Amino acid sequence: MAEASRTVEQVLDSTLESVDQAERVALDLARESGFGEEDLDRIGMSVRECVVNAVVHGNRYNANKKVQLSILRTPRQFTVRIADQGEGFDPAALPDPVAGDNLLRQSGRGIFLMKTFMDDVQVRRLQPAGTEVILTKNLVSKR
Amino acid sequence: MSVKLTTRQVGDVTVIDVAGRITLGEGSSTLRDALRDLVKNNHKDILLNLKDVSYIDSSGIGELVSAYTSITNQGGHLKLLGLTHRVKDLLQITKLYTVFDIHEDEAHAVRSFA
Repeated sequence: MAEASRTVEQVLDSTLESVDQAERVALDLARESGFGEEDLDRIGMSVRECVVNAVVHGNRYNANKKVQLSILRTPRQFTVRIADQGEGFDPAALPDPVAGDNLLRQSGRGIFLMKTFMDDVQVRRLQPAGTEVILTKNLVSKR
Repeated sequence: MSVKLTTRQVGDVTVIDVAGRITLGEGSSTLRDALRDLVKNNHKDILLNLKDVSYIDSSGIGELVSAYTSITNQGGHLKLLGLTHRVKDLLQITKLYTVFDIHEDEAHAVRSFA
């Protein structure tokens, strides 16, 4: 039986390999938590999108900058924190990707997908630099 | 496995069978390069068979949208065939399901270019 609470923390390089690694670690823990296949798909994709943002838009593949991954599983929630060391951005300024004029834009769907797939998404600027995203999926309804 | 593309000609329609993952990096760029080459060589009616695509991320969706816009602007047509449940779900969530011309049956899809 899985432990009631568990935390995993990793420091990742600013590479696309880190995206696969973060997804793998998150899915292993989410699977232990008892999520079904559809939720696992959605958690996996949210973590991928978030780490892609951190590596590509945040740290801009800078080898001197790292991505922090922290995953906390409690009996009630599955929480993933991803932080980069980039310049930060204003999430309120992001265009709505499903608004008519934006539908055919090539990019800009990552945070929208995270918000669709997770129960809560918090985006916060870090000082002196960086962005922290906290993705939460509730476990309560699964039991 | 990243992505594997197989291109074949059915009448005037170029069918690309896509297998694997269309994600940021090799998957997206392979698809982008293949579609650009086809358009450059005057293949304007393109059917993208996605039935063996196991995974697509927002970058992959972006490539589909970009290719659709580019091909349409050059007087061509890009249509999609055989969406898996996962890809269909993503296109519906992103409201792109009604933007693309999507088919379940290849023969029907090919005829729709006429």
